[in-house]
Amino acid sequence: MVTGTGTACGFGLGTDALWSALCEGRCAVAPVRAFDASGFRCAQAAELPADFDIRQLVPKSYRKATKVMARDIEIAVGAADAAVRDAGLVTKGTAEGSPPTIAPNRFGCHIGAGLIACDVDELTAALVTSRTPAGGFDINAWGSVGMTNLTPLWLLKYLPNMLACHVTIIHDCHGPSNTITCAEASGLLSMGESIRTVERGAADACLAGGAESKINPMGLIRQQFAGRLCALPADGDARTAVKPYAGEADGSVLGEGGGLIVLEAEGTARARGATIRARVDGFAAGQCACADTVGLDLSGAAEDVAAAMSAALRDAGLEPESIDAIIPMGTGIPSTDAAERTAFQSVFGPRTAAIPLVTIMPAVGNCGAGTGALQAAVAVRCLESQRLPARLGASSTDGVLAQAAPSSAAPLRHVMVVSAGLGGQVAVLILGRAA
Amino acid sequence: MSATPRIVVTGMGWVTPLGNDIDSVWSRLMASASGMAPITRFDASTFPTTFAAEVREPSMAPFVADERVHAHAGLNSMFALGAAVQAWRMAGLATRRPTDPRRVGLYLGAGEGVLDTINFFETNIASWDAGSQRCDGRKWIEAAKGRLSAAREIEQEPNMPLAHIARELGIRGPAFNCLTACAASTQAIGEAYSIIQRGDADVMVAGGTHTMVHPLGVTGFNRLTALSTFKGDPTKASRPFSIDRDGFVMGEGSGMVVLETLDHALARGARPLAEVAGYGSSADAFRITDIQPDGRGAAAAMLQALDQAGIDPHATRPDGRAPIDYISAHGTGTKENDSIETVAVKRVFGELAPRIPMSSIKGMMGHLIAAAGAVEFMTCVLAIERGMLPPTINHDRKDPELDLDYVSNVARAAKVDICLSNSFGFGGQNDTVVVRRFEG
Repeated sequence: MVTGTGTACGFGLGTDALWSALCEGRCAVAPVRAFDASGFRCAQAAELPADFDIRQLVPKSYRKATKVMARDIEIAVGAADAAVRDAGLVTKGTAEGSPPTIAPNRFGCHIGAGLIACDVDELTAALVTSRTPAGGFDINAWGSVGMTNLTPLWLLKYLPNMLACHVTIIHDCHGPSNTITCAEASGLLSMGESIRTVERGAADACLAGGAESKINPMGLIRQQFAGRLCALPADGDARTAVKPYAGEADGSVLGEGGGLIVLEAEGTARARGATIRARVDGFAAGQCACADTVGLDLSGAAEDVAAAMSAALRDAGLEPESIDAIIPMGTGIPSTDAAERTAFQSVFGPRTAAIPLVTIMPAVGNCGAGTGALQAAVAVRCLESQRLPARLGASSTDGVLAQAAPSSAAPLRHVMVVSAGLGGQVAVLILGRAA
Repeated sequence: MSATPRIVVTGMGWVTPLGNDIDSVWSRLMASASGMAPITRFDASTFPTTFAAEVREPSMAPFVADERVHAHAGLNSMFALGAAVQAWRMAGLATRRPTDPRRVGLYLGAGEGVLDTINFFETNIASWDAGSQRCDGRKWIEAAKGRLSAAREIEQEPNMPLAHIARELGIRGPAFNCLTACAASTQAIGEAYSIIQRGDADVMVAGGTHTMVHPLGVTGFNRLTALSTFKGDPTKASRPFSIDRDGFVMGEGSGMVVLETLDHALARGARPLAEVAGYGSSADAFRITDIQPDGRGAAAAMLQALDQAGIDPHATRPDGRAPIDYISAHGTGTKENDSIETVAVKRVFGELAPRIPMSSIKGMMGHLIAAAGAVEFMTCVLAIERGMLPPTINHDRKDPELDLDYVSNVARAAKVDICLSNSFGFGGQNDTVVVRRFEG
């Protein structure tokens, strides 16, 4: 059962902020503030609002530790705080000294993370102490003295499992824990791990999701090299930049964000009188056969994406007819869009064109490992409010229902969430309306 | 509820500083050999730590069908391909491929790829604006376009070894990469075992791959003061459980195993090498830099794994033996790890703890970071198969506080039926797997 969601993205902290912005059809993409990105192919991104302050989101006693948090960690920690509050859980992090709702050894945590890029300003301030006379890097000077200009705990900012490390310390989760690093699929794969952990009785509840920020020079250049960014200059129109499933689509924009979902055993949730926000119906994962060796080109992977969707339906004991909406990747990257479109058509047949696709990337950007949790949180809100948020993007999307549209009411029984990312891992989650 | 399926190991492969095939590495482990030497991958002569255990002459050629397919593979992916293909071949899956590739999954604990260090550093330096103490974004992108390459950047994503192996072996089932620091590949094996147990796959390739023998890797661990800075013979630098231990020595490489249900293995005529009997995982949730001093987190992982295997840690077996025969220790050779691991083992096994031999092969092979757990798991399988325990080398000056049986300095013959393999990661991740002799 989903008993709470917490997200952080370009619309700010908390799923309320995300949901209301999506319903109003807003777009969080704007010229990059973090550094001068005007020389990149895509000079805009969906950054967290300037007032996001991690120090206000941790217990006072933990404020010092925020100094060793990369942006990715900050997002996870902020989202975790929002998630446990949304679920009505008492934890060490929300009320130190009070008895926790979930016993620490029964509280698990599975968080997806990306390849965390180091802060180039911080690193370079140290590197420039070790320059050759010609201005290159002097490794001998670095080894003997230069490296001491980096703070001793420097490495701990960038280990992917530090998202889970900080979250488990703050909320005192001693149960099964893991960090999945499979690019955009990380978030849903992490939820899958939590779902199975709760199912097998190894935990009463888990925090599951992921977080990432690609809004730094390394994050941006890697995506640019991979050919995954749309052309969007600083003065371009962000609202129509990403056009999922449209013929004229030419890539995505980046975002920073993520979320954590509280997945809880039904017995535990009912016993404490929790609000059940959605039911977990099914999950499946798979690997795509990719056109290249690194899993960048998914254009031929429709069969594998469809296989994962069918496996999730079987896991849920549902027929395709039961799915009333899909939260797809919808990146606007033509090869990924093509694989998804063909997969939908193969699983849903002629009905595909009538199933609303809830695309969120045009509004919040590609948040890497944070993507799956944002998708899942939106799915939960769709089911709770029986409403579809507005869509940005193109005015026509051949064969699928994904063109720009305002928010609308819709009867929704089950929503399917699909993540297929760089590297070719695919995960599918099916959520159902709480009874 | 249907009976839980038994899960067996049917294939293993590794690429390590002590060699790239099962037998030669095992014989070197039995001979107390060391893989440590001065670092060759970059000029580390002025670094606080100047040595590591490197894989000699890494090559995919003996293993992959067509090297050109993996032309851009970084070291991580190269090591992983070598180990995975060996495991796949040993399991007999190379000659008789699985009938349904979607029932074959992949669970790795692979580390991030190697940074294109010098080009990255020089990109940063070229864009530095001393006035604002920041890199100038426009100068940075211009420098980066000239210096960095798409292939090397993409290869750094931690899920690239997954992509390479899936491509090489035709795997289409559930695929995960976990990166829980030094615990990653033990966790990967444990999670792969759980995936098969719940029926989501019949066969899983599981393990890890990693190298941090690069300037920023050594820098990061030197700054944390986690690496040995021993000034003498590098082969004496890694000294797990000794009183003068001063940190771990970096290793690199990969270990991979093939796990499957017993029924699946028998149906296709594969020989089970050992049985995976239990898996435990816990989070310390204590501090970002320190381990729970009372060993509570590590003990929780061990207790869960033993419980799943149906082993009572306080009961001797009918023949009077201790509850298990061997512990492959995390045993990094840092002050903190080795003493807390000892405390945790005592916490779990009580007065029986001194009767259980426990050694760390990290003294010989170095610390393979994310890949360490997988090679140590394989060592347990080999200990069962060959009736020998690998030693903890350089265990000359004993620490009076550490009073268990660490299999000092020389390998030992023993009847080995049940082993426990421990891995503990920075950030408080604890994982334990129990391996048992396969009896039909």
